[in-house]
This record gives sequence, C-alpha cells and structure tokens, in this order.
Amino acid sequence: MARSYQDLLASAREQVPEVQVPDLASRHASGDGPLVIDIREQHEWDQGHIPGSVHIPRSFLESRIAGVARPGTEVVLSCASGQRSLLAGVTLQDMGFENVASLAGGFQRWKQSGNDFDVPQTLTPDQRSRYSRHVLIPEIGEAGQIKLLNSKALLIGAGGLGSPAAFYLAAAGVGTIGLVDDDVVEASNLQRQIIHTTDRVGMNKGESARVAIEALNPDVTVNTYPYRVSRDNVLNLISDYDVIIDGTDNFPTRYLMSDASLMTRVPLIHASILRFEGHASTFLPYEGPCYRCLFPEPPPPDLAPSCGEAGVLGVLCGVMGNIMATEAIKVLLGIGDPLAGRLMIYDALDMAFTELKIRRDPDCPACGPNAQLEFRDYEAWCSGVGAHTAAAVAR
Amino acid sequence: MSTVRIPPVLRQSTGGERTVTVSGATVGEVLDSLYEQHPAVRAQLQTPEGDLHKFVNVYLNDEDVRLLSWLDTEVADGDTLMILPAMAGG
Repeated sequence: MARSYQDLLASAREQVPEVQVPDLASRHASGDGPLVIDIREQHEWDQGHIPGSVHIPRSFLESRIAGVARPGTEVVLSCASGQRSLLAGVTLQDMGFENVASLAGGFQRWKQSGNDFDVPQTLTPDQRSRYSRHVLIPEIGEAGQIKLLNSKALLIGAGGLGSPAAFYLAAAGVGTIGLVDDDVVEASNLQRQIIHTTDRVGMNKGESARVAIEALNPDVTVNTYPYRVSRDNVLNLISDYDVIIDGTDNFPTRYLMSDASLMTRVPLIHASILRFEGHASTFLPYEGPCYRCLFPEPPPPDLAPSCGEAGVLGVLCGVMGNIMATEAIKVLLGIGDPLAGRLMIYDALDMAFTELKIRRDPDCPACGPNAQLEFRDYEAWCSGVGAHTAAAVAR
Repeated sequence: MSTVRIPPVLRQSTGGERTVTVSGATVGEVLDSLYEQHPAVRAQLQTPEGDLHKFVNVYLNDEDVRLLSWLDTEVADGDTLMILPAMAGG
C-alpha cells in the first residue's frame, strides 16, 4: 500500500519522542545536554546552528553516525522545522539507537525562542573542494580545516627539511607560513630541496619558496625573513606564530630555538638529518622534555659534520620534513599523540623506525624547575670552546 | 651477545660497520668490548678519565642509560645499545 509523506511523518511521530526547545535549552545551559546532531544541508548549517551541535547531512546519517555516537548515546536530532529529524529518528532507531529524539520545531523554533546560535566561519566553495579530503576526516572536518587556515607556522630554514615541510603545510592550508632563511638557492640544493627550482638558483630561499607556495595555494600568506635568526630577533619572530618548525643546519640555531621556544611557550617541532639517518621529536614547552633535556651539550665540531660535509640522501629530507609537517598539523589541531617525550629515529638503509624515550631532566638548565633561562653565546658554546670548558669544570 | 648500533658519524672508526656484536654484562663492559674491536671509537665517546662525554647519549633498548644505572646498567642477551650523538643537519 502506498504511503504519503504525511503518513510517514505521522508514524514517525508515534515512534520517535520529541524534545521541546525550552527543555533542550535548559539542559544545554546546565552543560548536561545530549548530543545534538543537525541533519540539515550544508547551506542551512552555514547560516546558523545550535552551539555544540554536530553536523551530519541527512543523506550521510547512516554512514557517518558511528563516527560520533554509539547506539547507547542519547541523541537529539535537529533539522529546520522538526520533520526531517523525525524521519531520521526512525532510521537511527532501525540502526539500534534506543535513546533518540527529535527537536520539535527544529532550529527555527530554537532561534525564534531567543536562544544563542553559532554562525560558523565557513569554507568557500573553492576551499570546500580543495580541502575535501581533509574535511572528510572526522578528526579534522570543516572546523579543523578552518583552524588550519587561521594557523601560523614559522619555519626556521627553507632547506632540506623546510622545503617538504613548507610545501605540505601550504598544501594543507596552514594559512600563514613564515620562512626564515638568509641563504640563496644553489644547484647542489635541488637534489633534495624540492620547493626550489633550477630557474630560481640564486634567489633567496624564502622568496623561492614563496613562488612555489603561491602557485600551489592562494589561501596561504607567506612571510619571508631573509636573515639569520639570532638572539636579537628571535622573540619578535616567534611571537606571531603558533608553532615553530626547526629545520636548520647548525647547533647554535638549534639551541637558540629551543631556548626561545621555552621563553615564548610556542611548541617546537624538531628534526635533523645526516646521510641515511633522521631524528625527529616534538618539544612542548614545560609539558614534555626540551631539546636540552635530550642533548645537554652540543658535540664538538668534528663529531657534528653538516650535510654539506658528510652528505645526505635527498629522499630522507622528504620523510623527515613530512614527519615535521604531520606533527605541526597535529599540534595546531590538538589531535593525536605528538612525538613529545619520544625521539623517532629513521634509518633509511634498514628502513627501520626506532623510538627512544626522552625524559624531562629535573636538572635541565633550560626547562628544569631551578633553571634561570637566558640566551647565551650559542656560536662560542657550539664551537667547542664553551663545551669543553664546561666538561672540564664538570670533571 | 648484544648489539651496538653505530651512528653515521662514528662509522669511520668502525670501518663502516653500522652494528657491532659485542659481549659484556653491563653497559661499561659492552663499551669495553666495542673499544677492543674498534679502538678509535673510545676517544670519541669517552673522556681520558673514562667518563662518557656529555654530548653522547647511550640508550639501552629505548631507555637512556643515564636514567638507569649508567655504566653499571645490566645488559641482557639480545639487547641493543644505541650510541646517539646529536645531529644538526637540515
């Protein structure tokens, strides 16, 4: 027997309980509200929705509900006027959800009753298309993508590590990317520094990276700083950014960035490379260990050759730079487990990842409870004089 | 027997070997066994007084031996000792 829309609605109303707006509003205000799932279309959601509600368009309800609720979860479905949500309630009941209700009058009544509602910052249609594979991931979604677009990452060095990291962060839609590098592109960089090109040899690396990033993603604002980071400028540089990506090639800058990260409490994503081996870690100031907990003192120059002296597999930069980009995105979004308190070692010859534990050093001169952190002469310290003197004193 | 993993910067002192199989029941004995096989490594890891340089980290499996019992830390058959100097390359 054929059944009309009104018939379906009537039987749904018998089957699915309805929640009244004032009841939902008072539970919402007390912080004890049920999970509200808004099943309207994207353009309706964009014009305003109940704060804290989750958006799953009706046509995706069956396929996506498991990502946000279990059959035992108390769920209130909401649409524009409370009809589509009734029908959706039947669907959830069929799927085993026992505690499901429909918001009577829907969002219209919620809004007309004078309740607060959110009008979200939304992605443009172009952005929705560009970032669709991110938006599909529950841990990112549209809100996460907007967060990335509002985020700022500062890359120290646009070389082996900075190139892939900056490229992928730009593709991911990190809205502001700062590039600190006083160096120019050389032919010998192009075996690994993939953001640069042959026709840009001689150009400042930050400016060369800007050309590539602007061609890739017009959403990204690129700031270039064509000078070396130093004690005098580092705090100013960092203060505008949410995360630091340290892809420099020397110890003085590594220790400087570690200390500056602690002073400003901006997370520091670390990686270093040589030949076939890479190290990576994420230093969250005062939450986990810092770089100096891991390496209290720099090695003498003869034990610390640069890639220019000892060589590096070009592809290795891609692996390690993208571990950095991954960590930066996780830190910016606040998702997953960062590499804090862990040092990841990648051996490309063995194709093996090894993880070592890093503990906070209670006597750390940089982040320990009794530390009196101030900048030092990193160049002198790392050139060996300071280190050996300190070692002699320790002996 | 246990294995010592040699970092890239020390491989010129081990004839290019990336891992060295050693005997010894403690970290100190394992390092002595390493120095017997590859004497040039000693000066790079140790001070003349026999302490490990502060810029060298040694891990037994995934733990820093500084947080265990230092050179007296017991080493079991099949353990891996990793020598880890800092790298700066980028």
